[in-house]
Amino acid sequence: MSVLVFLENWDGRFKKLSFELVSYASKVADMLYSPVIALSFGQVDASELEKLATYGASKVISVENDLLGTFDEQAFAGLIAGVAQNTDAKVLVLANNNAGKALAPRLSVRLKAGVASGVSKLPVSTEPFVVYKKVYSGKAFANILIKTDIKILTLAQNSFELVESPKPFVCEKSAAGPDGSLIKTQVKEVQIQSGKILLTDADIVVSGGRGMKSPENWAPLVELAGLLGAATACSRPVSDEGWRSHDEHTGQTGKIIAPNLYFAIGISGATQHLAGISSSKFIVAINTDKDAPIFEAAQYGIIGDALKVLPKLVEAVKEMKSK
Amino acid sequence: MKVLFCISNVPDTTTKVKFVNESKKLDVSGIQWVINPWDELALTRALELKDDAANGIQSVTVAHVGTVGAEPTIRKALAIGADDAIRVNTEADDAYTIAAQLAEAVRSEQFGIIMCGIESSDHNGSTVGGMLAEFLGCPSVTGVSSVKIEGGIPVIVREIDGGKEVLTVSAPFVAIVQKGIAKEPRIAAMRGIMMARTKPIKVIEPAACESLTEVVDYEMPKARAACKYVDAENAGKLIALLQNEAKVF
Repeated sequence: MSVLVFLENWDGRFKKLSFELVSYASKVADMLYSPVIALSFGQVDASELEKLATYGASKVISVENDLLGTFDEQAFAGLIAGVAQNTDAKVLVLANNNAGKALAPRLSVRLKAGVASGVSKLPVSTEPFVVYKKVYSGKAFANILIKTDIKILTLAQNSFELVESPKPFVCEKSAAGPDGSLIKTQVKEVQIQSGKILLTDADIVVSGGRGMKSPENWAPLVELAGLLGAATACSRPVSDEGWRSHDEHTGQTGKIIAPNLYFAIGISGATQHLAGISSSKFIVAINTDKDAPIFEAAQYGIIGDALKVLPKLVEAVKEMKSK
Repeated sequence: MKVLFCISNVPDTTTKVKFVNESKKLDVSGIQWVINPWDELALTRALELKDDAANGIQSVTVAHVGTVGAEPTIRKALAIGADDAIRVNTEADDAYTIAAQLAEAVRSEQFGIIMCGIESSDHNGSTVGGMLAEFLGCPSVTGVSSVKIEGGIPVIVREIDGGKEVLTVSAPFVAIVQKGIAKEPRIAAMRGIMMARTKPIKVIEPAACESLTEVVDYEMPKARAACKYVDAENAGKLIALLQNEAKVF
């Protein structure tokens, strides 16, 4: 019996999300008195794989095969399902990002395993197996009973603290590839954004809305983000107007994020926007309208004009950093 | 090539949700039901593809698993421009049963492109599209922000962590679409609403299928602590609070 956690890598490196997944899997495994097996696809150095043991993986299976160069969802799912069967996995843990969203449902059908997606907490109980998850885009939560022998959980990013629980590093290398006949997608081009903090990875996010009044006014917001090592984001009207790129849109239909700190600057906080940011640990709201719904979601607020407040914040952060 | 898109019937996104029956059921009184926002974008893109004759799209069909109560939402999709509809006549259960019912209903229909929204705004599961693909044994592409047809071949843009990929895929396949797939959802014109009344909805009785998960009960989010205000004139104080009280820096 095992808990199997699936890991992607980015140019041979793991990121915080990877270690959140292993930490989470390791806690779930403790509840089931079973070991955690980490499954990594693609070329990753031993020094990087070893980090997975630090967060509690009893064994790392590293699969390197040329056919894994293309993320073919059907072929990947087939290969993971095989490992799940060989390792007698009772719980599979994946990220709730696009890769996890691609694989979890296919694995569910292959393994006849119930899925709970976007979980952020440990199971409420393991017998019966009940997990707590966000529904109605954060307006409510549900306790979901998974009735099958095998369970699949996808973990929301930035929702689970890293916990070190070092195990001896045991690594099994495998060259087993996916079934080539299943590969029906061909990647022609990959465009990777570099040098920019990913919105979904960021600890701090500085986000602007219509209260910024025009795209020319973004400089102090970008400066504030730069000083804090934060990612920049925006509300839907801002991206619809083309003031900022669509990649920055946070909200129900845009990116759903859970940073430590979220600055909502000139954003009124429509339900659709809150759906994308309500899992943030701290929300700061800056808005001229004292009745704006964003203040109900925020822990800290400033009633005032974003364009007048921003330079003051920039100055205060500079002062903080100079100390 | 025939296009299918699957829709969820969900409460309007501005709905304040409440629960009844010891928090086991959604209180549906007063709820306005709409096409799930991502599915609506999928429909829009399917119609845009059909508008250009060079793409060779013969028809756009909407599929839904649900009772007769969902027909106004299906009619809305027909009014926006879908040609016909398939409804599997059963109360929607978990994602697995919905996907299994859809697969049974469409397996013999030879759809080349199947589009599903990446999630539904009610259960936020993100699973029906991928499950449907697995049931049908066809490829899926998840996180799709563009679908084009070039020389008869579907060309897809898939959003990945930190970037995007351009890929080709052989039909039939399931495109699980997200933001970017269409700019604005298309809305129904009066003519479309009139025409929708006579468009066919094929009703299929459900296959036997057991759910893998169920909702035990719902909970409302815990109220957040009241907002602490900082005077706009002394906005810099906020940074000190974030540093010393919230300890985020």
